[in-house]
Amino acid sequence: MSKTLIEVKNLTKYFDTPKGKLHAVEKVNLKIGEGETLGVVGESGCGKTTLGRTMTRLVEPTGGEVLLDGKNILNLQGKAKNEIYHSIQMVFQDPYSSLNPRLSVGNIIEDPIKTMGPKMPKGELHDKVLELMDVVGLQPRYYNTYPHELDGGRRQRVGLARALALEPRFIVCDEPVSALDVSIQAQILNLLMDLQREKNLSYMFITHNLFVVKHISDYIVVMYMGQVVEYAAKKELFTNPAHPYTKALLDVIPQPDLSRRNRKKKILYGEVSSPVNPKPGCRFAPRCPYATSKCTGGEIPLTEVGPNHVCACTLYE
Amino acid sequence: MDEILKITDLYVRYHTDDAVVHAVNGVNMVIHKGEAMGLVGETGAGKSTTALSVLGILPAKVGQIEAGRIEYNGKDVSKMNKKELRAMRGKRISMIFQDPMTSLNPIITVGDQIMEMLTLHFKHLSHQEKEEKVDRILKLVGIPAERKNEYPFQFSGGMKQRVGIAIALICEPDLLIADEPTTALDVTIQAQILQLMKELKEELNTAMIMITHDLGIVAETCDSVSVMYAGEIVETGTVEDVFERKNNHPYTQGLFNCIPKLDAEEERLTPIEGFVVDPTHLPCGCKFHERCPYATERCEKELPGDYQRGTHKMKCFRYEQWGKETSGNE
Repeated sequence: MSKTLIEVKNLTKYFDTPKGKLHAVEKVNLKIGEGETLGVVGESGCGKTTLGRTMTRLVEPTGGEVLLDGKNILNLQGKAKNEIYHSIQMVFQDPYSSLNPRLSVGNIIEDPIKTMGPKMPKGELHDKVLELMDVVGLQPRYYNTYPHELDGGRRQRVGLARALALEPRFIVCDEPVSALDVSIQAQILNLLMDLQREKNLSYMFITHNLFVVKHISDYIVVMYMGQVVEYAAKKELFTNPAHPYTKALLDVIPQPDLSRRNRKKKILYGEVSSPVNPKPGCRFAPRCPYATSKCTGGEIPLTEVGPNHVCACTLYE
Repeated sequence: MDEILKITDLYVRYHTDDAVVHAVNGVNMVIHKGEAMGLVGETGAGKSTTALSVLGILPAKVGQIEAGRIEYNGKDVSKMNKKELRAMRGKRISMIFQDPMTSLNPIITVGDQIMEMLTLHFKHLSHQEKEEKVDRILKLVGIPAERKNEYPFQFSGGMKQRVGIAIALICEPDLLIADEPTTALDVTIQAQILQLMKELKEELNTAMIMITHDLGIVAETCDSVSVMYAGEIVETGTVEDVFERKNNHPYTQGLFNCIPKLDAEEERLTPIEGFVVDPTHLPCGCKFHERCPYATERCEKELPGDYQRGTHKMKCFRYEQWGKETSGNE
């Protein structure tokens, strides 16, 4: 692992709902090195987006720490808080709703510089925006167009140019390609990887798509109902998945390959239970084929199951 | 095998205020009894429009079938009167919609929404018999019968899609059109739904058109595949023909290359260059030529025909040596 850029310690976020406390993110620990990509996989409602949003302080966490270069960014306020956005930026899932429809492409991209960046004369700002557009592969003629005139792929490029405007070192990408067609998805993934190589960027890549996460990540975190159930280097995770949930995910994903057609799949029955006041113990236990009484006892810690590989499951205690 | 559905040279256009959208441009398709066909393509390829045309439910006034024939069991659908159409829709050909969150009526109980199908198509059944049928289909799709008095908002996404499947299957149709039935669902729930559809299809011997953008779903659930691009079917064949990956249309090849692989390492993906064509301004010649790595001058001017070898059909000059279609028109 290269030098650690971001470290997350015991990050927790509960939401108050009329029915009780919704445990969106629970005691998550992670590390992301410089120039590395951490993939976060999980199904809807598993807390992956909330995790990304608490790390960028779009949502204030209930507890825990986020260390950037060893300094906790969660207790910064006012001007000091805004400073973090020079290092941390975000690309959002839906390129249709994350761009202001009343601003032109040029205005959208220059916005972060105008509000937080160094003061620069108009002409210089204009050049800077054109340069950013060039980096993400948008022709200069789009400078004065509005988001509604662009297709999904180009809109996502605008979102990416905006995230790059302050020259951050770390970008949280929240499902940046899931709203796009496969042919466009591949273009954006290649672009993200090229930018990473050029600028030594670190990414946290949130997605539910295992193909995508496999392609782009160095390390992968699998989340289930707010908790990290498995955390491993990419290759290790795909060759030796340990947690029953990870195994099930890898087993049921439809692949464009006929040899897998008639094999017996281990289909997971049941659905994700409610994250409001969850029962103690493993949250996957109600759906797990290997569940025993041990699983519902108390908290299940992440144990080491291989090199760079931890998993929270009683099978490995 | 008997043909259930035959589409010949179908052209569909949407007339909007600004432009004419050429959504479907000469689609030919045959579905046999009990066959599952995957209809694959990206957004705007004309997959859903083709499906809507079959059922005659294109948006009124805007969407129009310009030319072509759709035959259900040898009968021309466009010549059917309202009564005949109504008797066919839902009973003989039914549809599962993409978004289970919006395709159910929020203020009618789930049981009543399923029951509506029987009230329309099985008038002779007594209330008791209908209730029993509803309970049976709910059990079949894996919903406890007690839940039939609940409303859609009380169900999760996966459960709602099960209700959609129950509605589509209660009349035991000959043909089921599933329009991206699992796109809005999580992977583990998707696996449950696909498994369920597979089992029900075997049990009821229903033919199926599976509309999807996911080649993986086709590989797991279908017998044959048609790949659509810009309103045309560019490649069609059995799943073996297509997934063998020896002979593919350049577009299909591109689609395969876009998907990252789970079992191999690769540095970069090979995306399809450029963007999906604008259906209001379609290019001349082959619609894919602007993005095709093999395009020649001829592709820009001339529209390729359907070249066929066995069950495998291709709309691309690279397969000209296969020869023109042996059966059908021209």
